[in-house]
Parts: sequence; structure tokens; C-alpha cells
Amino acid sequence: MPARAVQEYYDVAVIGAGPAGLAAATVCGRAGLATALFDEQPGPGGQIYRAVAGTPLKRDTILGADYWRGARLVEDCAMSGAHYLPDATVWSLTREREIGVSIAGAAHMIRARRVILATGAMERPFPIPGWTLPGVMTAGAAQALLKSAGLVPSGRVVLAGTGPLLWLFARQCLAAGAEIAALLDTAPRANRMRALPHAPSFLASNYFRKGLALLRAVRPRLRVIRHVAALAAEGSGRVEAVRFRTVRVAADRIGADLLLLHQGVVPNVNLAMAAGVEHVWDHAQLCFVPVLTPDLATSVEGIAIAGDGGGIVGAEASAEQGRIAAFAAVRAIKPADAAGLIGAEAEARRNLARWRRGRRFLEKLYRPAAQFRIAEGDTIVCRCEEVKAREIAEAVTLGCAGPNQLKAFTRCGMGPCQGRMCGLTVTELIAAARGVAPGDIGYYRLRPPVKPITVGELAGLPAGDAATKAVARD
Amino acid sequence: MFRRLPDAAATLTVTVDGEPVAARAGDTVAAALLAAGKLRFRDTPVTGAARGPYCMMGVCFDCLVAIDGVGNRQACMVPVANGMAIETQTGARKIER
Amino acid sequence: MAEDYDIAVVGGGLVGGALAWGLAGAGQRVVLLDEGDVALRAARGNFALVWVQGKGLGLPDYAAWTARSAVAWPDFAAALAFETGIDLRYRRPGGFHLALSESELERRAAMLQRLHNQAPPYQVQILARAEVARMLPAIGPDVAGASFCPLDGHADALRLFRALHAGFQRRGGRYLADRAVEAIEHRGREFRLATRQGEIRAGKVVLAAGLGNARLAPMVGLSAPVRPQRGHILVTERLAPFLHHPMATLRQTGEGGVMIGDSQEEAGFDNGVATRVVSAMAARAVRAFPLLARANVVRSWAALRVMSPDGFPIYEQSAACPGAFVVTCHSGVTLAAVHATVLAPEIAAGALAGELRVFGAKRFNVPQAA
Repeated sequence: MPARAVQEYYDVAVIGAGPAGLAAATVCGRAGLATALFDEQPGPGGQIYRAVAGTPLKRDTILGADYWRGARLVEDCAMSGAHYLPDATVWSLTREREIGVSIAGAAHMIRARRVILATGAMERPFPIPGWTLPGVMTAGAAQALLKSAGLVPSGRVVLAGTGPLLWLFARQCLAAGAEIAALLDTAPRANRMRALPHAPSFLASNYFRKGLALLRAVRPRLRVIRHVAALAAEGSGRVEAVRFRTVRVAADRIGADLLLLHQGVVPNVNLAMAAGVEHVWDHAQLCFVPVLTPDLATSVEGIAIAGDGGGIVGAEASAEQGRIAAFAAVRAIKPADAAGLIGAEAEARRNLARWRRGRRFLEKLYRPAAQFRIAEGDTIVCRCEEVKAREIAEAVTLGCAGPNQLKAFTRCGMGPCQGRMCGLTVTELIAAARGVAPGDIGYYRLRPPVKPITVGELAGLPAGDAATKAVARD
Repeated sequence: MFRRLPDAAATLTVTVDGEPVAARAGDTVAAALLAAGKLRFRDTPVTGAARGPYCMMGVCFDCLVAIDGVGNRQACMVPVANGMAIETQTGARKIER
Repeated sequence: MAEDYDIAVVGGGLVGGALAWGLAGAGQRVVLLDEGDVALRAARGNFALVWVQGKGLGLPDYAAWTARSAVAWPDFAAALAFETGIDLRYRRPGGFHLALSESELERRAAMLQRLHNQAPPYQVQILARAEVARMLPAIGPDVAGASFCPLDGHADALRLFRALHAGFQRRGGRYLADRAVEAIEHRGREFRLATRQGEIRAGKVVLAAGLGNARLAPMVGLSAPVRPQRGHILVTERLAPFLHHPMATLRQTGEGGVMIGDSQEEAGFDNGVATRVVSAMAARAVRAFPLLARANVVRSWAALRVMSPDGFPIYEQSAACPGAFVVTCHSGVTLAAVHATVLAPEIAAGALAGELRVFGAKRFNVPQAA
């Protein structure tokens, strides 16, 4: 997609060029609204369709058919009239819909009448002993390397965790000729029973046949160790082995050159929370999700959230949500066009309902176990400041009530990742230690910049009289 | 470790801590380092612990390297360029006056 | 379910924490009551300076009180470190207030001259650019000069906060987080504090609740006319040490991050971040130290300082309800030493020293001289 020069004002600003953002920008662009699609990556697709417009892997069987749906979304967006702005990092968003974005090392402030956040999801933190060792990465990271750079894991490769992505990636690795030493499945045995009531919906969903085919392709060719109850990465300076325990085996160890972890994905909340969007704890998905209306509007007027950033729904549902949020934006800005959109919106909602069927089953089947969400002892929780679980537990016994006070007690959450790698762990750890629900504990108070920006870039923004007066000047 | 698929052959050269390393146009710096067998990108300023890339999507901030003299750059977010000088980091970033 | 204590301190920030630690050391049974996780917390806005220069214009006793605290800080830090094992990283290399133009330097010098005429117990020098550059090689070409005071220093405010809380609990104090005080009643010789989780009873009560003091003070016959004043802070990534002296609005922490602060706005109770203000702060920081232009900002936040009408502390014991005290200031780090080692013992003994009378709230009722 060709990139454009940035303007100061847009009718609609879409943030994130994954499936939700691409679909939203397409609808807005086709409706004739001045539309910007910002994305921090050099190419469109977000994470699930990462590098779809530039992957070195030709249309073949390694990545699977679903990946190539992204190419269609990109083509539609390229033809829609929306302005695509890659390499654009959004670092702030205010309630008044002013967007701070950094492009080619220069900061700009943009205004928009409507904002659609489509910042998607990231991997759930997986705090096990040794998870900070070089050679321990997320399965999503390895998948991104495969898509964007044509790199395949080699050596003694161990996959560990739970969730559809883990199995999908296993198949992609096998299709690429990689050898996987083992897949350590951490889904607790009890998950099956809990998922069973939701099986009928799943059987009727689009996921069933695909899932079945996936498991059939992978299981016979892989050493799978089930009901893994404890995991640790070991090594000096890099991962060298993975120690684990299952319900049957007290202790076992596999040599590893690469350990790829995955236990589901969770919404990227930083920009939305910094903008003041209200979030609540979702017990089914074990994460914070924004409070949304059926039109995907948030608690901040003019800001909507579509896609996995609003709660994990998957790529296809994300695209439909992008369309729904975009239809709402078009209705708000060009009410005369509203009638013409009714049919398309109804179809998007029908498709969304279809793509949501069966997700509850997946959520329950692949629900990560508590011991992998709530770290203990010397396991590092805050990777940036190297704060261990025991230090957090100690702070709670000293009276620390929540994640924001915790920063004062331990520096936990004060590093450059701004709590992305530790936030959920901290909330659940404090909740468990205090015996209250995670929703009552809350999350880090997030503020801009949500991505690093240099002092010089900030300095280069126009300040205005009031701001200049406010700053020290005796 | 990681190896390159045939579709993804290296086409240009960068230096890593002074040594020449082959990379592919379109790779991120992180991908190029990983393909060259480098897993350790830095030692943390907090305890000196070895770290390397974890998320490959710009949220973990563990893949920080110095690129062409500018420190603390997220290697997974920067595309390689021919002749680029990449350095692994030890401790806190030093900015020259 | 009522609980009984000698003293209840309301507010667990740097002011309440220092008082509570000092009181617990004076043999009192102390309870420290704090709000929940998302409270206004002026303590978060602190810049960790132990700062003397420029303070007390119009109130000589404040200049003296501030200097006294700075002088007491090393022993205070040592005592806390000894008790808790936490090093507060207090350093006193002397501090600078930079001027980014000749006229700024002139105005600063004029103000300090007026202050000098009050005979404060500390020295401040005006330094020309060349001398500043010798001590701070990284300054930019816009720096015209600075005022320098050898008594200025800085500490690690988070460690101070942790140490006060840890020391307080080691001394037998009881810390109750998530215990917002709704009302206080004076009954006979005791105070009854109503909280959602039950009543707390104490022989004395010390209001150290920052902006919350405005609401609580009248309940015990006191007045704390404080208002919020917003300040922003930016912090950069950890950098190799290059700045060994603190500035009034910029310092490098022990971990290596550079803190940039000290905007002042009347923004009501809005403690959200205003991008234009941080942009203006960033611009001044880059003029002061050009190398900062390339540093990444990893965090910014805004906090509400607790401002009295004249900017000076309010210390007072209630006449109507003896045993109730109000303590509020906007320099909780600088004054932590005297709060813990001077004010706390006086509160325990039941009377504030005469020299502190000048900080009573009655001063706000005196009509200004024409």
C-alpha cells in the first residue's frame, strides 16, 4: 500500500493496520471520509497477518490458507481512499481525540473527529523461572520471524503452553521442515470438563473443522507431553534445558536451544487506558477489556475499539468489528449516508455472530492454569526492573494494596515496557495475596507516552502560551 | 537458533560488534542477528543479566541494541540497511555530548 | 469493630510516613491510615530534591526550618538505613537553579538578594556561565548562569517512602492501606475516626492527608485551606551517569534515568498529562542539556501538589479539639527529616514549639497589609 504524508486533521483516525484496522479504514475510505490508518510496522497486517504484503514466503503451504486472507484486506484498503501511514508510532491519545504520533523521528499532533483503536493483542505474559534467558521467546515471536523474515526455528526446539496459536505454529514449523523436540502442553486436565458444555456451539462453528484438521496434522508428528504442571527454563547466559513436571512425572528435563512459550493472547490496552477508556476485568478471558456498546463505542466519546483490543475474538471477527465501528463513524459524520449502510452493517453483524460462535469453548479448553499466570518466589515478574514475585508478595504483606502503590514499593512497572510484560501478573498476584477479585485490584495507571519518544521530539511540538507559562521560569 | 528458508536468502551486509554479518533486505535488525546465531542482545542496566528478543513485536523492550551510534533502539522494529553498524549493549545507554 | 491507639496519622504519603515513623519511635502506639491504590497522592509528584535555595521569601522562619531539615537529613537517612537496611541514596553535592537567559539570571539574582536581606542561615552564590560550565560540562549554549547552594541535594524518594513504611512497621506501628477516613469525631479525650471497615479510636489524630486535609480539618476545629497545583514529571530511560548535581527542575536518579519536572498549573483536580505542558518542559530541558534531545522518555505523569495560599506549610494543633494536629506542605522530601525528628516528638509531647506558631492557619485570616 502506498504511504502518504500526514495531515493535521482527519475525519477518522484508525490506529493499527491489522484485520480490524484494515477493514475499518476500508469502510471509511469508501464512504469518502478523510481517513488515516496509522501503524507502527513498515507493512500492513498487524500481527496475525504480519508481513502479508512483503513476506519472503511465497503463496505456499507453510503459513496456511487463513494467513492469506490478510492479503485481500490489504488490497481492499489500498483501493479505498484511506491514507495509510506506516512506520507511524502513536504515543498519545487524549479524550479530545488529539493523537500524538511519531513518524520518521518527528512528532506530530493530529486531530480526528472519530478514532477507531485497532491495536489488537499481544501474548499473555508467561512468567516461569528463567523466562528472561536469551533463547526463550514467545511462539508469536517465532511466528513473526517466519512470516516476516522466512526464519525457521532450528536446533533443539521446545514449544510450551496452551492455545490454538501454539498448535498452528507447530504445524507451520513442521511444514517448513523444522524439527520440534517436544510440545509441553500446559492446559490443565480439568479444562476439558469445563469446555464440554460449550462443545455444541463449537461443533457448529467455523473453528471446529479447522481445529480438527490442525490437530490431526500435528499430533502424530510431534512429541506432545500433556498436563504439564510446572516449567522452568535453565541455562547460563542462554536457555540450555527445560525442566518440567506433569501430573504423572515428578521431574523431567529436555535439552533446548530455543524455548517458545504461548498461553493465549490478551488485548493491548496501553493506548486505550492512557486515553481514559474505562476497562473491566473479564473473568472468562482473564484480562482487562474495554467497556463497549454494541456499536463498539467506549466510555470516551468519539473513540471506538474494534478487534482483539476489545477482547479476544480472532482475526475474522476482528475484521467484522472493524466494519461495524466504521459504519458507526460514517453515520456520525455523514448521517445522510446512513440508510445506504444498513444492509452492509447487518451482514457484518451476522458474520460477527458466526465468527464468535465456538470461542467460549476455545477459551475454556485453552484457559491457562493459575500457576503459570501467578508467579512465585524468585521468578522475575517485572522484566524491565527485574522485580521478583517474592518482592511483590512482601510488599503486599507490608500493606501495599494495588499495582500503583506497588510501583512505589518496588519499581515494578516503571520500566520502558510500561507494564505490558507484568501488568496482568501483578494484578492477579496482588489479588491472590489479598484474597480479592482482580477487578477490585485494578491495573497500572497508564499515561502518555505509551511508546518511547525522545525528549527532542517532544520539545519540537508546538506548546502554546499557557503551557510555556506553566513551566518553570522565575 | 534460527535458520533461513531458501526463499529468504541474505542479500546485504551489516556489522555486529564490528564483525560483518549477512542479512536480507526487509529483515528487522533482530531477525538478522537471530539468523546469524546471536541470541544475546544486551546485558541489563539493573543487574547485568543477559537478554535477547522475546516478543518480536515491540512490546517487551528486551531486544535493545545500538544502531549506527544510537542506543536503546528496539531491534525488532528497525529494518536493516546495507552497512548498518549494530552493537550489543552493556548497561545503561551513554549519550555523547 | 473499634480499634484503639495513642495516635492515628491520616495519610500514608511522605508527610504522614515521616511523622508516623517519628511518632512510633517516641514510644507511641501509632496507626497509619491510607486510602486505596488510586488516591491523589501528592507524594507521587515529588522530585526527590532536598532543596534549600530560594525558599522562604516573605517568611524567614521557613527558610530556617528548611535549612534545619537539610542539615538534619544525613543523620535522618543514616538512622532509617540502619533500621531498615534501605539506603536512601542521599547526596548533597550542592544544587543549581539554571537561568536560560540573562534576564532570567537577573530576576533570579534580584529575588535571592531580597531573600538574603532576610538573613537566611545558608549561602547561595550567583555563578556566571563559565563557572557553571566548569561544574556542569554538559550544559547547552543557552545557559546564561545559575544560582548555586552547597546545602542543596537529592535522595531517592521511593526508597525514602519504602524505608519510612518499613521502619514504621518495625517500630511496631500499624499500617492500614485502603482505609479512607470518612469522618472524625472528638469525644471527650479521644478521637473517633469513621472508616468503611469500622471505627478507629485514638488519643491524638494527625491530619497528613494532603488535599484531603481541607475536608478533614474542620471536623476537628482546624483549617487547612489547601488547593491542588498540578506538576508534570518526565522520566527518561536509564542513562550512563553524566549529571552529578541536581538542578531545581532536572536531576539524574541513582538508577540513571533523568527526571524533568516542575511545571505549575492551576488545573483543579485533573491529574491527567497535558502534552503541551510536557512539550514545553522538554524544550527547556533540551536547552539546558542538549544531549537529552536524544534520550527516550519512558514515562510521564502529573501529580497535584498540596498548596497553601502562601505556599508555606501549615502546622497547627486544634484549640477546640486538643490532640488534633494538621500538617501539610509541598516539600515532603526536604522536610521529612524535621517532620520525623522535630515535629513528631512535639506532637507526641502534646504541644508544638513556639517557633512553629508562625505556620498556623490563622495567618491566612490576617488581612494583607496595603
